[in-house]
Amino acid sequence: MRDRLQDWVPRIVLAPSFAAVLLFVYGFILYTGWLSMTNSRMLPNNDFIGLANYVKLFGLKHWNIALVNLAIFGTLYILISSVLGLFLAILLDQQIRNEGFIRTVYLYPMAISFIVTGVAWKWFLDPGIGLQNTMHKWGWESFEFTWIKDSDMAIYTIVIAAIWQSSGYVMAMFLAGLRGVDNEIIKAAQVDGASGVLIYRRIIIPMMRPVFLSAFVVLTHLAIKSYDLVVAMTGGGPGRATEMPATFMYSYTFTRNQMGVGASSAIIMLVMIFSIIIPYLYSEIRAGADRR
Amino acid sequence: MSIPSQDNAIQSGRLMRALIYTLLIFFVLYYLLPLWVMVSNSLKTLDEIHGGDMLAPPRAITFEPWKAAWSTTQVGVEATGLRPYFLNSILMVVPAVLISTFLGALNGYVLTKWSFRGANLVFGLMLLACFIPFQIVLIPMARILGMLGLAGTIPGLVMVHTVYGLGFTTLFFRNYYAAFPTELVRAAQIDGASFFQVFWRILVPSSGPIFVVTIIWQFTNVWNDFLFGASFSSYDSTPITVALNNLVNSSTGVKEYNVHFAGAILAALPTLVVYIVSGRYFVRGLMAGAVKG
Repeated sequence: MRDRLQDWVPRIVLAPSFAAVLLFVYGFILYTGWLSMTNSRMLPNNDFIGLANYVKLFGLKHWNIALVNLAIFGTLYILISSVLGLFLAILLDQQIRNEGFIRTVYLYPMAISFIVTGVAWKWFLDPGIGLQNTMHKWGWESFEFTWIKDSDMAIYTIVIAAIWQSSGYVMAMFLAGLRGVDNEIIKAAQVDGASGVLIYRRIIIPMMRPVFLSAFVVLTHLAIKSYDLVVAMTGGGPGRATEMPATFMYSYTFTRNQMGVGASSAIIMLVMIFSIIIPYLYSEIRAGADRR
Repeated sequence: MSIPSQDNAIQSGRLMRALIYTLLIFFVLYYLLPLWVMVSNSLKTLDEIHGGDMLAPPRAITFEPWKAAWSTTQVGVEATGLRPYFLNSILMVVPAVLISTFLGALNGYVLTKWSFRGANLVFGLMLLACFIPFQIVLIPMARILGMLGLAGTIPGLVMVHTVYGLGFTTLFFRNYYAAFPTELVRAAQIDGASFFQVFWRILVPSSGPIFVVTIIWQFTNVWNDFLFGASFSSYDSTPITVALNNLVNSSTGVKEYNVHFAGAILAALPTLVVYIVSGRYFVRGLMAGAVKG
């Protein structure tokens, strides 16, 4: 009897956590999925209306602005963070004195909240008191930088702040990858007379493919989720110029009393993330299992 | 922070090295710039900020903005400063981090040393849960918190952060314990040690590093959270990130930039200190969050 009980202890220990995840993650996804097909307004209700919310969603100018912004933001953020991260990692991989200090500086933005980052960049890019004003004080009277107040350009200020926050993280990922490269390969290439640049271009960077993939997945998922930074920097404005899916969801659900539409936008966000994460996790777990 | 250094076989000329150092220093300045702007301007008077050069050091250092940010500035309706919200964050972070870390350790132990049919599916579902956009759970969570009578309370926020932290804490401990010799566990069992005895006497004593990594990861995430705080807190449970945003983006009154900067540093300080003191473990958590398997 005691042995039987012992057999069940591990499962009993795991059960509360697993039950919590099943309910609070997967159950909630199903519930939000259901709400997205109801006529819910300020409060949830169960009037089934099929896919009408999705039709409405994609007809909304507001949502389409959010999608275009996500595309602009996501592309630039992922591309520039990856390139900058790789570039910094290569620079740091040249037996640099004080490497530890430099790495610490490059990476510290990851430790602070997007709200803090947003506050710093919001005022630094503010034409009235920030960079523009400073340049005028320094004598460059014609200097103009008003992007954050300009509805065509404001989204790029979010890109600037987001890259500042995450590029150090990407650098650390690439640096770990570079440190894993077998020195024998490099030496062999040097014996063959290959230059440093050529070795990086033809041998080392192609070996970084798994890191590119990890960086891509991490950055994409951060981009789709980005909410805090937009709220802190522009609040989605000027007008709707920096609206993103995450801010759209929040405002439709909680301030505009269109819960059904808000739920459908959350489902679209989930689909976007899962279509990238699930294949990635699947291949990682498979690769992990093969290694063992 | 130690990603082990190795001799790089590629040699570069002296000019090249000068260029490399110049670029590295340029980027050091780039990453430090916002921090410098915040620190320097948090020590200036409002007049000086209006009058001038944001990049310059303060002409005469004043600590008034810090005092105001901490205890007297108007946040929302009350002129309490950020202090009560800072305390709210601490009251929320400590239990959330401890509970989710402890459960993660137990889960990792079960999943690796007491594996059962379906364990991989359980783990897969918990892992996938790390990546959901939290917008998907906001509406049902608001209802559940209401039903449990936890809406707008700190225990409610603790529960939310614990639940959504479980995926990562379980991942961290599972990967760590997967490399722990199973023979030791079996040997202890043969000697009659129970499930919990093995855990407390054999695994926990050798889990120091992963506890540090997990605690830092959870601390950073929960402290820096904004979405859950904005959605599920009320006046007396608002965490610091939400309070800071309210302070900076309130549309009434004069914009006290110096107070905003001081407040931003206050909000960033706990995680920054943790990062500077134990950056190595912080980086390990980041890496584990990016590379699974």
